[in-house]
Amino acid sequence: MINYTKRYLLLLTSILILAALIPGSAMAQGSYPTDDDVNAVAKQLYCPVCENIPLDACGTTACEQWRGIIRDRLSEGWTEDQIKTYFVDQYGDRVLAEPPRSGFNWLVYIVPLLIFVGGFVLLIGAFQRWRKAEPEVSSRKNAKQAAKLKKAPDEYISRVEEELNKRSKG
Amino acid sequence: MKKLLIWGGLVLLLMILGVGLIQSQQGQVGRGEIAPDFELISFSGETYQLSDYRGSVIVVNFWASWCQSCKPEALDLEAAYKFYQPRGDVLFLGVDYVDTEPEALAYLEEFQVTYPNGPDLRTKISQAFRITGVPETYIIDQDGVIVHVRIGPFMSLEEIKSYIDPLLDL
Amino acid sequence: MAADIGFGSLLITLVVSIYGIGAAFYGEQKKQKAWVLSAKRAMTLVFPLLTISVGSLVYLLLTNRFEFEYVAKVSSLSMPDYLKITALWGGQAGSLLFWSWLLAGFTSAVTLRKWDRDQDLLPWVIVISLATLAFFVLLNTFFENPFVSYWQTSEGITTAFSRPPGGIQLFPRDGSGLNPLLRHPGMIIHPPMQYLGFVAFIIPYAFAMASLITRRADDRWIQLSRRWTLWAWLFLSLGLVLGARWAYDVLGWGGYWGWDPVEISALMPWLAGTAFLHTVLIQEKRGMFKQLTMVLIILTYNLVIFGTFLTRSGLLSSVHAFSKSSIGPIFLGFIALNLIGSLWLLNKRWSYLKSRQVLTSFFSKESLIIISVVLLLGILVTSFWGVMFPKISELVTGQKVTVGPPFYERVAGPILGGMLMIMVICPLAVWSYASFKHLGRLLWKPFIVSLIGIALPLYGGLTRWPAVVAFWLVAFVLAVNAFEFFRRTRVRRKKGQDSLWGSIVHVLKRNQRAFSAMIIHIAVVMMAMGIIGIEFFQIETQGTIPVGGELSLGSYTMVYEKLDIFDTTDGRNVARAIVSVNKDGQTIDTLYPRRDFYYDSNQPATIPGVRSTLVDDFYVILVDWKVVSSEGATFKVYHNPLVKWLWIGAWVFIIGVVATTWPDKKSKPLPVRAR
Repeated sequence: MINYTKRYLLLLTSILILAALIPGSAMAQGSYPTDDDVNAVAKQLYCPVCENIPLDACGTTACEQWRGIIRDRLSEGWTEDQIKTYFVDQYGDRVLAEPPRSGFNWLVYIVPLLIFVGGFVLLIGAFQRWRKAEPEVSSRKNAKQAAKLKKAPDEYISRVEEELNKRSKG
Repeated sequence: MKKLLIWGGLVLLLMILGVGLIQSQQGQVGRGEIAPDFELISFSGETYQLSDYRGSVIVVNFWASWCQSCKPEALDLEAAYKFYQPRGDVLFLGVDYVDTEPEALAYLEEFQVTYPNGPDLRTKISQAFRITGVPETYIIDQDGVIVHVRIGPFMSLEEIKSYIDPLLDL
Repeated sequence: MAADIGFGSLLITLVVSIYGIGAAFYGEQKKQKAWVLSAKRAMTLVFPLLTISVGSLVYLLLTNRFEFEYVAKVSSLSMPDYLKITALWGGQAGSLLFWSWLLAGFTSAVTLRKWDRDQDLLPWVIVISLATLAFFVLLNTFFENPFVSYWQTSEGITTAFSRPPGGIQLFPRDGSGLNPLLRHPGMIIHPPMQYLGFVAFIIPYAFAMASLITRRADDRWIQLSRRWTLWAWLFLSLGLVLGARWAYDVLGWGGYWGWDPVEISALMPWLAGTAFLHTVLIQEKRGMFKQLTMVLIILTYNLVIFGTFLTRSGLLSSVHAFSKSSIGPIFLGFIALNLIGSLWLLNKRWSYLKSRQVLTSFFSKESLIIISVVLLLGILVTSFWGVMFPKISELVTGQKVTVGPPFYERVAGPILGGMLMIMVICPLAVWSYASFKHLGRLLWKPFIVSLIGIALPLYGGLTRWPAVVAFWLVAFVLAVNAFEFFRRTRVRRKKGQDSLWGSIVHVLKRNQRAFSAMIIHIAVVMMAMGIIGIEFFQIETQGTIPVGGELSLGSYTMVYEKLDIFDTTDGRNVARAIVSVNKDGQTIDTLYPRRDFYYDSNQPATIPGVRSTLVDDFYVILVDWKVVSSEGATFKVYHNPLVKWLWIGAWVFIIGVVATTWPDKKSKPLPVRAR
């Protein structure tokens, strides 16, 4: 286990160092992109024909072709963002995992946030109302009732006891 | 106020569902409707605006290189195009639905398609026609009205002619 | 013949249900018990009636009667018998019938209980459950009839139940077979569980509505429906987990949950139902939040119907969706009726449900539960909006968009963290009154122990703080539960002369519900661990290697040994790779990732090879291959740490829920009042 984690750490740091050494894209232009490079981009895109399936997991011929396009573009030195923009221009916004943050699409991000914040405001308001309400209730109770309450802290239990007494008598 | 908001929201939700449902069930643009206008930029770079071709019969064919059932009709469509070409009043437009350019060009090469073909950028054209799949072909008369919708491939050259001939003064 | 019997009994069910609704209503209005009793008998009858219907369809499937459209579409000669039976829920019409049948099972079962004390609720429970059943049976008889057959007429091939004029019945030789993705053992139990979970919520909903209609402000409906709710919840949870498992085993993308609209439409009732279960707890103990409880059960039930609508109307498209159908409009009408009806009723009775109790402390159990309910509803709102938005966007802007996993995860991730946090405090919090000091006294020891949850991952080289926090919370929840358990045992031992074992048993018995809740929460934590493992630490690689070639991922190396391509007797062409898994230079396992191609439906299915241990899963997919195997094959390999805990957690979860529904006559929940 320790051996494994140490090696993992070593690997991680060496990757980090390597990544830091190479400016910009980790992949030099012209070199042939690996499947992993392709999948890294494809993962963020959605298949335009089979809905709701990420491009890297889709097995249809069409998707294979699209992965081919990504590979070609990568080997031409395109960045991830450029490829994504290309896909959006070609096939529309639905190839992105999320709606682009512009215009009408802002609604998708704002509405849940608003509702959630609204919900919490309501909740906090309710908390405060309740906490304010409590002292009023207790002040209205007179001393007699308070004493009674002390004797029988739980109304329910006292009721149960009453019931039991009745039964044992009857 | 709060109640109004809740009921309003409920009605809005049901309306969205209703409209969405109608939309998802209405199918393609139908016979007798004015064809939605679109702009197609062909693979060779020319621009075709549908509304510029009033007075011609227009055949709009949706296809894709990954579509197996598109292949049988490709030759027939090209033959029909060649047949009407001397008249000059029948326009064939191939709309390439979510496809990759290299494969699309190879497809056009394979079937020696010479009439204008171009990608359906951002799937705008296919959405306007509400196509349900490929191949689908829309035949539009001189007034811009859709006179025939063919779902699936044409079976023969004669079939294509049988839809176009009645529209022309022979 | 079998089809006539099946369809006939479907029609009879419809008539009987409508009669039952009428009789119950009439009997209630005129105060004539005989009519209500008759309605109750009608309701008992619907299950046997639909059983005949389902039996006939299964018979048709088993005997390969491809002249029937449904059989031809979902079955084929080469399918084994068990798959022919599961084809019952493999298509729209059959699965609707199956759904109605399960619904009938619940509604009939509820008539069998003793109704002496609750005569006033009975007619309304009958009306509401039978109305729902009648609706689904109606869909089956007029829109999605599984018993229609093929006819050749002068206008072409049509489908109809009875012979159209001049029609000649067609007898196809073979069917197109079940969708290959559905040919998996997981599919045998996933849909039934999911459906059971869905339909079972009708019972608490019917009780809730009956209670509203009869102006009862007490908790009786909750007590009556408590077990039903818990079972519904268990089935729904299992349905979700089994679905996840099926996706993991069959869909071949290394994950278990893709935030697909159909998955979400199954998750939404679960979220609302979970929230409902928790507010019920407060209502029972403190008599508070009656309004919220009512809102939540209405929400849960309507989300069940809504989810069914989404997946079956053709409004959404997804891997799970049924093909286009004409049931959309009538379904929408039913939803509208249900939603507006129940909300209108709730509005009328709103003041009945006011409670006198108030929240008195931020750290009381009820406050914490309410906060977690709000968190659950937060995920619900996000999910709902995410599912609806593409449709709205298409209507408004004409542009299709995808709302995918990143959108949901951004919300669900932190909320899951928040819920874990609450799960830490909740077992220690007490009803009605708790101070921070009181909590602190109980928390500090588990807190120190939980630091292991930070130390270990950090020592292991973890650098991503959300993961560290998540692991810490997992450790914290476990520590708190363990400490709490031992504290209670110790208290008991000090009091009495029990042995250690005796006092454990005693504590368990006395606090059955508390401890089963504890088990459920520990199960949730286990599942959370699986989710954290796969979400934060999944790594993957893909490569094309020749036979004998290697592909390394993490500390594992896989070696491509061999590829076999062969036909099976059940109509598949299988390409199966043999892959050995090496770790530290030793071969530890052999996996068989494969691609099945189904001849009858012309569809492939990718089945991964998985080596699963408590620590991690090594998951290999055969992506592609050359016919000459020495030229190589493409593999995609995933390393999914801890994911097994998701499935283990699910088992523990079942134990917990069964424990909480276990009949226990001695301890009825006592209401607790504010001091």
